[in-house]
Amino acid sequence: MESVNQLWIKRIYEKCSGCRRCEIACSLYHEGKIWPEASRVRVFMFVPGVEIPHLCFQCDDYPCVQACPEEALSVDDRTGAVITDKSKCTACGTCIDACPGRVPHLHPQHDYIVICDLCGGNPKCTVSCQEGKWDSLVLLEGQDVESEKAPANTPKNLTYETAKAVLGEKTTEEVYEW
Amino acid sequence: MVNGYAGKFLEIDLTNKKVSKITIPDRILQDYIGGRGLGVKILWDRLGNRWESIDPLGPENILLMLTGPLTGYFLGARICVTGKSPQGNGIIGSTVAGEFGVELKCAGYDGIIFTGKAEKPSYVFICDDKVEIKDASHIWGKTSRESMRYLVKDSISDIKKIHPNFGEFKEPSVLYIGPAGENKSRVASVEAKYAHAAGYGGYGGVMGSKNLKAVVVKGFRYLPDVADQDKMLELSQEFADNCFRIEFFRRWGTGSGGYTFGHDSSSEPVRNWQEEWHNEKSYKGEEFDKFWVKKYWGDYGCPVTCLKLAVLREGKYAGAVCDNPDYELEAFLGANLGIFSPEQNIYLSYIIEELGFCGIQGGAILGFAGELFQRGILSKEDLGGINLEWGNVDAFAELARKIAFREGIGDILAEGIYRAALKLEQMKKTEVLKYAIHLKGMAIGAHGLKSGKDMVTQTPIGYSVSVQAGDHTSSAALPIDGDGSELYSILSDSGVYCFFTTFTLEFDQIASFYRAVTGWELQNESWFNEKGLRILQLQRTVALLGGPDAEWRSKQDDTLPSRFWEPLPSGPYKGESIDKIEFEQLKSEYYLAVGWNEEGVPSSEILQKLDLRDVELKLKKEGFL
Repeated sequence: MESVNQLWIKRIYEKCSGCRRCEIACSLYHEGKIWPEASRVRVFMFVPGVEIPHLCFQCDDYPCVQACPEEALSVDDRTGAVITDKSKCTACGTCIDACPGRVPHLHPQHDYIVICDLCGGNPKCTVSCQEGKWDSLVLLEGQDVESEKAPANTPKNLTYETAKAVLGEKTTEEVYEW
Repeated sequence: MVNGYAGKFLEIDLTNKKVSKITIPDRILQDYIGGRGLGVKILWDRLGNRWESIDPLGPENILLMLTGPLTGYFLGARICVTGKSPQGNGIIGSTVAGEFGVELKCAGYDGIIFTGKAEKPSYVFICDDKVEIKDASHIWGKTSRESMRYLVKDSISDIKKIHPNFGEFKEPSVLYIGPAGENKSRVASVEAKYAHAAGYGGYGGVMGSKNLKAVVVKGFRYLPDVADQDKMLELSQEFADNCFRIEFFRRWGTGSGGYTFGHDSSSEPVRNWQEEWHNEKSYKGEEFDKFWVKKYWGDYGCPVTCLKLAVLREGKYAGAVCDNPDYELEAFLGANLGIFSPEQNIYLSYIIEELGFCGIQGGAILGFAGELFQRGILSKEDLGGINLEWGNVDAFAELARKIAFREGIGDILAEGIYRAALKLEQMKKTEVLKYAIHLKGMAIGAHGLKSGKDMVTQTPIGYSVSVQAGDHTSSAALPIDGDGSELYSILSDSGVYCFFTTFTLEFDQIASFYRAVTGWELQNESWFNEKGLRILQLQRTVALLGGPDAEWRSKQDDTLPSRFWEPLPSGPYKGESIDKIEFEQLKSEYYLAVGWNEEGVPSSEILQKLDLRDVELKLKKEGFL
């Protein structure tokens, strides 16, 4: 499948301060509440100091969209974001297992999946990250998307990789092995 | 449903393994807010009439972990840990930053009230409605990192059982103790996220005395609804923009202080406060900067992110990780021990956090021991073979380990500087107490008073009349509604948010935020003349009641450590000292302003005015009034 991405959020994990202001902005926009586990971007902190903002990677082949048995997921051809049709989604979880980064997750209160929709083209998380000059989340457009886009990965793997970079080999013993 | 509050508190009886959910009437929440204020109210109502007989390390003490109505909404979330303090025997509102308070509120609780004592090492696991007291035998004795590793891993699998189809969820939040807390050290902290601690007060020891290793909490719900969300968000953005503008504080946090408080303001403890000045250029901020792997590190909702993540990647101490350290730890685990190497300071901070000490109280006991060694009062033999020379970081690290596990001399030092000094005086038949730089059983924050140039303590009486003794985050000043007033500390500890995000704010702005969240008014007048003042009187009362092993009398104990009366021996402010006459004058003015009589006891008049007649009766019964 040809890539249709026009927007992509670059994540520089080493720069995440752990302030979680992205989560606050995201859940306020999508849910009208401060709701950490309903946020489409979630900061995982399995190891303090290694904070991982985790959100949809917009894979080139969108395995979640392909895997969905209900055709509840589609790609916004303007932004490249995955859009969930709440009325079709049955919360079966097939997309979670199909995603190489295990990004989709259930809404904590409703029976549907939530995935980052790039706020329709103006992501709130990148704004909150940029205004504080943390620059861990950066919105890319057009050509930059092609060159900078990273493959999907799980919070666990990203924690392990980032811990090596941030804390160094000698301190990674606390990276949990599940 | 009350706006801003989850509406329920968990009460966990550890002795009988009984968990209940209780509500607290709105009128009490309106008066006492949450966190420190509410904690003081709960403790007074339950223990006040027999306060002096309650052993802080006994099962009858009550341990509280409380959020406030502003936790999670206001910039920089914290949780307040409190109870009867095993240091001063009053109440300290000890707060620590992190996600714990947010998770707790999202799980549906404003706070946790622990009573009794678990039969064996335990931890409490909370995931929304599910609350379990679980066995912690396998992690008892383990250091911070190892404990966290087990707790997070085990809890994630427990949460998976509750939410098997959710997908990936974020880790739960944990408050825990290290070996120092397990062994009931009075200088142990309640820790979070490795480099975070509720240090002042000694509540790590209280957790240990209850066989409570940790509390793990995960909430899948949202933060409670607020009264006026649009207004709250408007104020939140305005306050955050103010914080973004304070570049210096964002750049350095408090971590440039290790040099500047010593060199510029001569107010840093050096070798157990024998001096307060140094010119060790090796200790400048830039020298710490070299070890940073994160320039901005912070906690939930924080626009400042004043922490810096420091890591030692090479050398003898490779593997050490800590938060820069911040100024207090640079001072107490550095200058105060004659250590002026950032690398060694980072290492020792890491060790202290691993063992579960308060960096300030723990550093103070190490400095105290260092001076006793310098003066030949404690020998190498007394110290179990440790050559405790100033600057010997390995020796101080080894002594810290002995204290955490109560080995040899460590058993005495684990009691904190005041109690250790009394014991050592008996043993050594020589004067020791004068080397314990404490106020009412607590070591003093790393901000000296003699030069008069320190930014944090604005008046020589700041610690002396504080209801939290040496706590530099709760020092007192007049006017009572002015910037340095202790009522501001009570406000942030009761709303339970970080005051590092409030530097540019006036009371009315915070009150507007409070109104937007709760829908309740908080007038300047009612806080400074009534609600805040009421909390202050209660805290003062329990500090005076004290007991059973220590009690303080305001006339003699609203003072300063004897060393603080001596002139500065070195530096540009050499010879400067605190004027005793002026000090007493300021003290009298303060007593008058807050309604205390000449003896420093809350007067019948103020207690009646604040509707605290039970407090008045108790003070009369015990002979204070």
